[in-house]
Amino acid sequence: MFALFLDALLLQAGYNAALVALGAALLGMAAGAGGTFLFLRKRALVSDAVAHATLPGVGIAFILMVALGGDGRNLPGLLLGSAVSAGLGLLAVQWIAGRTRLAEDVAIGAVLSVFFGFGIVLLTIIQTMTRGYQAGLESFLLGSTAGMLFQDAVVIAVGGALAAAFVVVFRRPMTLVAFDPEFSASSGIDVRRMDLAMMGLVMAVTVIGLKIVGLILIVAMLIIPPVTARFWTERSERVILIAGLVGGLSGYLGAALSASAPNLPTGPIIVLVGFAFFLVSLLLAPGRGVLAAVIRRRQFQLRVHRRQGLLALAHGEAIFDPLTLAVLRREGLIRQDGVATEKGRAHAAKTLRDERRWALARRLYQDEAVAGRYDGLTPIETVLTRDEIAELDRRLGPPAPAI
Amino acid sequence: MGAEFVQLSLTPLLIGVLAAIACALPGNFLILRRQALIGDAISHVVLPGIVVAFLVTGVTATWPMLLGAAGAAVVAVILIEAIKRLGRIEPGAAMGVAFTSLFAAGVLLLEQSDTSGVHLDVQHALYGNLESLIWFQAEGWHSLADPVALAALPPELVRMAVTAAAIALLTAFFWRPLKLSTFDEGFAGAVGIPTAAVSLGLVIAAAVAAVAAFDAVGSIIVIAMFICPPAAARLMTNRLEVQVLWSVAFAALSAILGYVLAGYGPLWLGADNAVSAAGMIATVSGLILALACLFAPHRARIGAPKGV
Repeated sequence: MFALFLDALLLQAGYNAALVALGAALLGMAAGAGGTFLFLRKRALVSDAVAHATLPGVGIAFILMVALGGDGRNLPGLLLGSAVSAGLGLLAVQWIAGRTRLAEDVAIGAVLSVFFGFGIVLLTIIQTMTRGYQAGLESFLLGSTAGMLFQDAVVIAVGGALAAAFVVVFRRPMTLVAFDPEFSASSGIDVRRMDLAMMGLVMAVTVIGLKIVGLILIVAMLIIPPVTARFWTERSERVILIAGLVGGLSGYLGAALSASAPNLPTGPIIVLVGFAFFLVSLLLAPGRGVLAAVIRRRQFQLRVHRRQGLLALAHGEAIFDPLTLAVLRREGLIRQDGVATEKGRAHAAKTLRDERRWALARRLYQDEAVAGRYDGLTPIETVLTRDEIAELDRRLGPPAPAI
Repeated sequence: MGAEFVQLSLTPLLIGVLAAIACALPGNFLILRRQALIGDAISHVVLPGIVVAFLVTGVTATWPMLLGAAGAAVVAVILIEAIKRLGRIEPGAAMGVAFTSLFAAGVLLLEQSDTSGVHLDVQHALYGNLESLIWFQAEGWHSLADPVALAALPPELVRMAVTAAAIALLTAFFWRPLKLSTFDEGFAGAVGIPTAAVSLGLVIAAAVAAVAAFDAVGSIIVIAMFICPPAAARLMTNRLEVQVLWSVAFAALSAILGYVLAGYGPLWLGADNAVSAAGMIATVSGLILALACLFAPHRARIGAPKGV
């Protein structure tokens, strides 16, 4: 299986597999980068409504094409139909959320379920219409890459590339609108039009992704990469870049994995690879990751224990807390039996001095800039100048004799 | 309206109505709490739940599957909450990550395991099989009084009736805390209502309704019924009591009208095959919502800022 996977990765696993892998990678890049704006605008789930709203369009396009005497399974025709009904669904969401008192999430849920339900009705009509041969429209629910035609792959690849180019061109105004619609309106950007362009991009990605990932899971390709990318950076340009990368990688790796063994459906595998990226980022990303947060918390805890331990030494109080004792021992500030070493006494005296200086400073300087910085950990040298500290020392008098 | 109706249509119709009402009741509170899409998330994760239940037990029995689905719903809620808190991600995106991944895992498991021998597939999970829940033993309206025939009622009907009754009773019993914590969580907390527990209880009730309904009618009705009837009802009135009654009426109307249109509509139009009842019920509920959006007395946004 691993050899097969390697073959698929290097595009050696056959013509069809290579087509699917490249298409999925392009689609993933476009979806990841395009989904970023949606995520930053906090409207991630609008894409779910758009995706489900494609189904009736697929059905109607099929019926129309058959009625006109053509082949109902013509991919560009079906995609066009799906784009039209996705657009209608999107307009319905905007209209319900904008004109009635219903909130956007209600609008999303209503459009999603009703369009999808109507699509199912159309599918059952098509089933009875076509009797003998399989229309195969069910494959749009979960995607299907087996037996993908070259022209289908070209449609997907060109569409993916166009969507990616669109992101590159419009990234600045779209980012601006996503962060601060009022400001961007005042600086001359048509917010409504940008929102519409953003949604158009989402719609395009959804429609292109129908064939590979299917309409139920395509929303994952729009949401998971930006969420993953957000863990690694605070800059929006980089979020777009990383999201595109994560999306492209999940598409490529997922398609390769699914080609390497039987019964590995492409769409779900791509989504799960994306989820694996997400999970790794959630746990390990520096700064926003869970592990980093745990480490930060632990370090803070140790600093508090060290400080309180030193203060206890300075006051000559006994220390009972095992963690405090461990921290002080490890730094050689106390001996095994808990008696302060030379170094420990020096540090304790300095800490006590710092605490006294702080107490006086907080009485003298009652403004936020000084008193607000007191957290029991920050040395006063980092807040006040040397002259100010000298003044504090003059008022405090000479240090108390060491214990 | 004779024997054939009782045998073929009465039970699916009743199951549809009960499922619609069981989902619409918690839906009222979900939409007021801005949690409308919880229903969407839950109905997606039901699939991995039943697949895991099947893999563990090896049979497509009812109770393991219901338990598996309920377990999956709880896992999904916990996962969404964990992603939201640990990753500091907005709720919508956290939900999107969680339910799509779980659904993908469900599809993968289904493809990997040998389920060819049993009736378990994605299509069934999505749009159920309402039409097949017929009452073989019935010979006419008099069968309703015949204990032998009654014993052969589809088990889905009994299950759905129990679920709907339980949810209605719970809603009535916890009316005050539900209403208070929905409209003013701070005040509810101040007068001693455990708002977190109420919130969790509501989600669990929604999950139970979704799972029970899903078994009979598929997940697409579940999402539609959580949202469309309560949303339409919301536009009819400003009083919660009245809204709940409206939502029950809309839910029942969608189920009946949808079922009849799906079963008999194509025949009237000259076709000879019925269309999906689940899809039609969702469609009708959407039409009702559309009419409410256009004409209902309380549809306007009053006092709300424009363009938000």
